[in-house]
Amino acid sequence: MNRSLRPLLATVVIFAIAYAAAVMQFPALFSTRVLGNFLTDNAFLGIAAVGMTVVIISGGIDLSVGAVIGFTGVLVAVLVTWLGVHPLLAFAIAFVVAAAFGAAMGLVIHYLEVPAFIVTLAGMFLARGGASVITQDSVPIDHPFYKMITSLYFRLPGGGRLTFLGLTMIAVFIIGAILVHRTRFGSYVYALGGNTTSASLMGVPVARTTILIYMLSSVLACLAGIVFSLYTSAGYPLAAVGVELDAIGAVVIGGTLLTGGYGFVFGTFVGVMLLGLVQTYIIFDGTLSSWWTKIVIGFLLFLFIVLQRLVFAASAQGDKAPGRA
Amino acid sequence: MRASGAAMSIGKLGRSAVGESAFRMEARGVSKVFGAHRALDHVDFGLLPGEVHALLGENGAGKSTLIKILTGAYQPDGGEILVDGAPVVLNSPLHAQTFGIGTVYQEVNLLPNRSVAENLFLGHQPTRFGLVDRRRMERESRGLLARYGLDIDPGSELGLHSVAVQQIVAIARAVQLSGKVLILDEPTASLDRDEVRRLFEVIANLKREGLAIVFITHFLDQVFALADRVTILRNGKLVDTCRLDALTRTELVRKMLGKDISFSGSTSLKTERPTTEVLLNFENFGRRRSVRPFNLTVHKGEVIGVAGLLGSGRTEMARIMFGIDPADEGRATMKGAPVGLRSATEAIALGFGFCPEDRKADGILGELSVRENIVIALQGKLGWFRALNRDEQLDLAGQFGEAMDIRAASLDMPVKLLSGGNQQKVILARWLATDPAFLILDEPTRGIDVGAHAEIVRTINRLRDDGMALLVISSEIDEVVAYSSRVVVMRDREMVAELRGEDINPGVIVQAIATHGETAHHEAAT
Repeated sequence: MNRSLRPLLATVVIFAIAYAAAVMQFPALFSTRVLGNFLTDNAFLGIAAVGMTVVIISGGIDLSVGAVIGFTGVLVAVLVTWLGVHPLLAFAIAFVVAAAFGAAMGLVIHYLEVPAFIVTLAGMFLARGGASVITQDSVPIDHPFYKMITSLYFRLPGGGRLTFLGLTMIAVFIIGAILVHRTRFGSYVYALGGNTTSASLMGVPVARTTILIYMLSSVLACLAGIVFSLYTSAGYPLAAVGVELDAIGAVVIGGTLLTGGYGFVFGTFVGVMLLGLVQTYIIFDGTLSSWWTKIVIGFLLFLFIVLQRLVFAASAQGDKAPGRA
Repeated sequence: MRASGAAMSIGKLGRSAVGESAFRMEARGVSKVFGAHRALDHVDFGLLPGEVHALLGENGAGKSTLIKILTGAYQPDGGEILVDGAPVVLNSPLHAQTFGIGTVYQEVNLLPNRSVAENLFLGHQPTRFGLVDRRRMERESRGLLARYGLDIDPGSELGLHSVAVQQIVAIARAVQLSGKVLILDEPTASLDRDEVRRLFEVIANLKREGLAIVFITHFLDQVFALADRVTILRNGKLVDTCRLDALTRTELVRKMLGKDISFSGSTSLKTERPTTEVLLNFENFGRRRSVRPFNLTVHKGEVIGVAGLLGSGRTEMARIMFGIDPADEGRATMKGAPVGLRSATEAIALGFGFCPEDRKADGILGELSVRENIVIALQGKLGWFRALNRDEQLDLAGQFGEAMDIRAASLDMPVKLLSGGNQQKVILARWLATDPAFLILDEPTRGIDVGAHAEIVRTINRLRDDGMALLVISSEIDEVVAYSSRVVVMRDREMVAELRGEDINPGVIVQAIATHGETAHHEAAT
């Protein structure tokens, strides 16, 4: 079996066990209502995490995701509430801004050969600062279109709701999976994560691919920002602080190797669901501080990093052999 | 005489059909200059379809520069490149691919994290409705791999296969995408014998199919086993291009090393016997994939010269002795007591010193001062808690700087500003400050001027007379003869001869490098 599947399999097993254990304690957790809320509550995180998966498989990192979510929310809120622009036009403007922002980061990363960590850190400050300069306050969005969208849902058997937001996330995951696993662009992403020198010698358009990767991440962060603004019906410059780190956590827990080259979009989905499960459990329990979420995430991350090390160290002799000249 | 004969044969092949060259690919008078250094000087190189053409030369001969020009990685400063008789400009390796020129490097330049099939087809994957048709890709891969005698799952991860298999996959990709010229840049350097044999079968098949193949290697056995013609470069100039069946091994080595070595005379003058006190004894000492086990006894007050071509295992031998790559076989004793030599730290503690071949990368600490560079090994030996203060450092640096005649404006100037010869002396001073019992010098005279060269040789002789044991690796045969009390000859990662007394002369050494150790003496004598 493909060894990079093993961490993914472990994530699935851990999710199943954790969910079963939680259901034993709180039987109410096992309902379409809870599952439906899982999807809705984590929609923005899941969408951003798909972009992050692509970035990390390519061997990069994008720290600007949370800031772009915040910036998008503020931009859309200001356009809709203050300037009276129709939400759909506001979304379009936000997408164009985000795409340009991501492309600029990709350009700097590739042509100036600056580490992605630094470039996207700068991007994070820029986006967060930009949002705060537009407004310091939360700007409510009260538009009929918003009300219409948020009230869209399918009723699931058992009383749960599969909302438009939850469906959007699922659609992003499916399209993301096809893009990464079934297109040439996807194979270029893995190629960059494997070895950039080899990739360019093999004819991978490294510049174009790098720029597209960061564009994709910013556009998905923008979509996450729109979903977040629909979810909260407001734009707030300090919204989604640290979401990029949650996204990185979900990606790694989902079995993607932080050094690039290996990973699955589906794994990230399970990772996001696992984070959602931890949060929901703590809410159900009612006595635990919500900070326990962070402790559990920290613990899971450690577990998965160690697991990946073990899996790849156990079967790495093939990689290591050509190293010695 | 021989050279002119070879030139004639090229002439016939090259100009028989007027205007239309028989060469698949040709370099005419190509030159490449880096700063003041002429890496390639009007070199001609012609490659025929259906031949394996070996390209030989020592370090700095211009081999890799020529390869980079042929693959489009470098642009020549003069001369032209022709493919099928038409002049071409190759902008990049990728661009060269469109002219049918594919390259396979020593370090497999594929993606170990992806499947075999994807490595074969990346960038050219068959698609259906815009999506990669994985099933078709794997089916076609299977067929392609079968032609190379590989029966592996095309869906499996490339990195899980042996280097030899990866190498063959790289060849399959290059041939499939290019198909006219295949450049193999030291493809066998990290393979074992069986793997090499397998690779050779693949290459021989491709040759029969009419591919023009350039083969670069350090292993002369492989050249004779595989190549039809050979081109030898030295110091950026073409030495000769000739057919291998018209050439003996000794002639080939002589061309590579460049000296018209006379077989008589210039025998070693060091007839005085070394002290009989044994310092070190290596028994069956070796390391897998590095150097085959060897036996060597080192006495106090002797210089052991190590001769051999680049890649013959001479540097690897030094690295094993110094514990950088610990031996996995055999044992070593020092003054009768067993020693492990598991790490460089251990070796230094035992009184070993090592001046590596690549001064810039492994030797000097360029940004640090001459003083700091000299005291660092001694400080390392003393450990964390016995820091040398500045006065002690200056004292030491001054003392050894003077002893080695290091010409620096100040002992506090960065060592990178010194000339190559002076840098080498700084490294020597560094080890002498630790008062070593056994000093290993790997190519101590490479890239330094003639004056400094003579000084280094004098220093080696002086240290030997002072009772130190030295192991000196060099490709300069005259130099080895000048200071060695004994000479060991390395070939194909194996110690093939140990020469002493009368046998330490250039003729015997060249012979030993070229042929097996046992026969070297006889052939030289006849």
